[in-house]
Amino acid sequence: MIHPIPSGTRDVLPDEMRELRAITEALREVFEAGGYGEVATPALEYEATLTQGDPAAADPAYKLFDEHGNVLILRSDMTIPIARVVASRYAAAEPPLRFSYFAHAYRSVRPQRGQAREMLQAGVELVGAPGPDGTAEALAVLCAGLDAVGLENYRVGLGDASLYPRLLDRLGVPAGARPQILHELVTRDFVGLEREVAVHGHDELLRVPQLRGGAGVLEGVPEAAALRAVYDRLEPAVAERVIFDLGLIRSLGYYTGAIFEVYDAALGAPIGGGGRYDDLLRRFGRDLPACGWALNVERLHIARVGESRGA
Amino acid sequence: MSLEGLKLAVPRGALMAETLDLLDRLGVDTGEIRTNDRKLLFKGAGLISMRPSDVPTYVEAGAADIGITGKDVLAEQAERDVYELLDLGFGPCRMVFATVEGDDPAAEALRRLGVMRVATKYPRIAARHFERTGRQAEIVEVKGSVELAPLTGLVEGIVDLTATGTTLRENGLVIREEIAASTARLIANPVSHKLKAAAIDRLLERIRAA
Repeated sequence: MIHPIPSGTRDVLPDEMRELRAITEALREVFEAGGYGEVATPALEYEATLTQGDPAAADPAYKLFDEHGNVLILRSDMTIPIARVVASRYAAAEPPLRFSYFAHAYRSVRPQRGQAREMLQAGVELVGAPGPDGTAEALAVLCAGLDAVGLENYRVGLGDASLYPRLLDRLGVPAGARPQILHELVTRDFVGLEREVAVHGHDELLRVPQLRGGAGVLEGVPEAAALRAVYDRLEPAVAERVIFDLGLIRSLGYYTGAIFEVYDAALGAPIGGGGRYDDLLRRFGRDLPACGWALNVERLHIARVGESRGA
Repeated sequence: MSLEGLKLAVPRGALMAETLDLLDRLGVDTGEIRTNDRKLLFKGAGLISMRPSDVPTYVEAGAADIGITGKDVLAEQAERDVYELLDLGFGPCRMVFATVEGDDPAAEALRRLGVMRVATKYPRIAARHFERTGRQAEIVEVKGSVELAPLTGLVEGIVDLTATGTTLRENGLVIREEIAASTARLIANPVSHKLKAAAIDRLLERIRAA
């Protein structure tokens, strides 16, 4: 008998589940040891509540009506729900606050692309610890987690969501020209970027976002001072995993500072990522700086299997 | 080791000859790929050959670190998560809207029927073009010779790629609008772009100098 399930969703059977559990248990130990207590929030939230955090970032794929006509959405990540938890359940708690989670998030998919509609995320949120120290702590927990899972060849791409906008400010690029320039950067089209920045005559607009590598790439880029400060606070074992990427862009709109992505040569796509979102909590009524990250557990599993096969 | 261990997706077809000439100038051994057109994977040289429209698929998944394909392919598969690094300049062609010569049957269909039928191998580029220009078009996707479609009454017009316009002319079709220009591009997988940054940047420098 064929009983279909929606594309982009899947059943997990015992052999795979055992391996996924080994990964999440290893991560859970690291989270607990770091003081990141585990939380769960509802998969369904009121749309009006989440869009208060960030009208664009919520961008839910699935909306439904409850019995009273309220619009409910299936969460597309855990960062905004945890921001809501902090503002409503920890309204007077002394920061910093540390949370971890293992939760499914829901996204829309493009047909025939093998994309996941439902994905298991493991992550942490560090609330009330400003950068660069807070960022360095989040990166340390990230690397400790990946080490505990047994991933060997991972690297962490480190960039800054505010770097390019500040570069545009310093070079005095007119506001009207910026949306098109940023569009080329977001769509990772350096041919288009070269065309768009040519009229402004600043070679840095093209050169800086293509800088990738060790701490040396930060030299001579004044906008990278905040990244340098993070780097100076990293333990050697974490620092050696970092690849600076001054053109790094994340699709979610709420990031304000350092952003990061996790790569492994065994997988052609990032395993996870995160960053600083210092404005998000304020929109829920508690003005606290924060940062966090999430790993896609299924991709982590694929990378782990790929590494053990010698990919 | 002239690609420094990078795996390069080479497009078979119209862009292949100039791609291989470029690789020769970079010191990559193209002897085997030139002489053996049944073999697809050339591990020693770091080359994988495939249809141009498959290049973004392999590069996005990381099965190839970098690849060469046309801007037309990238525009049609705009959602692919790849970096577009360099305009290689060769393989120039244009994406055009064409109909049979004489009175424009597409314009008449639009005026009298409110919608025109357009055949293409590039349904997304075509749909976007007519949306942007405010015209209703029913897109018919075909896999083979697009020129046949308006001659048989399947459609009123076509959106297709042309380098010289010869095939269009020989089939009695005229270009009514130019949609976009295309040349060969170098693309990269987003993870390789970080993990193999130095090798990719050195290759870019050498291509610019070649």
